[in-house]
Amino acid sequence: MLAAALLLSSVPALAIGVDEPMADPAMEAKAREISRGLRCLVCQNQSIEDSNAPLAADLRHIVRERLAAGDDEPAIQKYLVDRYGDWVLLRPPLEPATFALWFGPFALLALGAGIILWRRRRPGIEPEAQALTAEERARLDSLLKDEDPA
Amino acid sequence: MNGKYRFMLAALPLAVVIGLSGFFYDRLGKDPGELPSALIGKPVPDFTLPGLDEGTPGLASADLRAGTVTVVNVFASWCAPCRIEHPMLSALAKVPKIRLVGLAYKDKPEATRAFLGELGNPYALIGADVTGRVAIDWGVYGVPETYLVSPAGEIVWKHVGPLDEAVIRGELLPRAEKLLK
Repeated sequence: MLAAALLLSSVPALAIGVDEPMADPAMEAKAREISRGLRCLVCQNQSIEDSNAPLAADLRHIVRERLAAGDDEPAIQKYLVDRYGDWVLLRPPLEPATFALWFGPFALLALGAGIILWRRRRPGIEPEAQALTAEERARLDSLLKDEDPA
Repeated sequence: MNGKYRFMLAALPLAVVIGLSGFFYDRLGKDPGELPSALIGKPVPDFTLPGLDEGTPGLASADLRAGTVTVVNVFASWCAPCRIEHPMLSALAKVPKIRLVGLAYKDKPEATRAFLGELGNPYALIGADVTGRVAIDWGVYGVPETYLVSPAGEIVWKHVGPLDEAVIRGELLPRAEKLLK
């Protein structure tokens, strides 16, 4: 009872709970792995594992709490996606809305390769330089003569 | 290489530039950090929060399904933009048929009371979310945030950041009027 009271008093007043490692090292490693894949909503290009924002600490606490309650990684991710949307996942899920994101670069690469191959298969598109006709030769000669170097 | 093919190839960069310009123009003036809420169109999360002191009613999800259009404002005494948006909330509280309620986020109740004592209390009801746990269920990631809730308790719209006149007149009130019809 006293221990519980002491534990409670160590909880920061304005946080969901303490931000401390789980007792089981394997669970703690799992919690960190999950946290690394979750975006901090406040400092948006950091994971909640890397961020010092109070909200990130709260979310780390929730990850550990749900892990301790027996949730697996997809369940924990779903819990946060339900609240914050897919954006909370640092690795976007594969779904119709993200097909362009996942496959776009490969599609562009294939398109580029296709264009190169297509052009290679049609050599000699550039017309060969043709010899001047007698008429053109005469005109060229007269033009060159006009240019008086003196 | 015929002329038509050559023209199309030459026009391609221009088409790309026009397309990109349109895309960038659309994003101009918008905050890229602002996230769409995952809760739009969903019922409000279940919660019960105490009031700012004993004897003052708190805020619960049942209050948001009570048949009135409700504006839920997430605020804190430590949040500077909340101070800036406060006059807007006082004005909003005077709009008939819209009920303004507050969710005090990660704030000590005595600090919230002092904040409202200084600036005035525009809220019909206030829930004290001292740990911030209920706010996580709402998808709150920064205060102030404001939600518009339908009479049946469905989240219709969300705004992140301080409310200003343009947001209230251009976005909040038209949606509220639609709900009142």
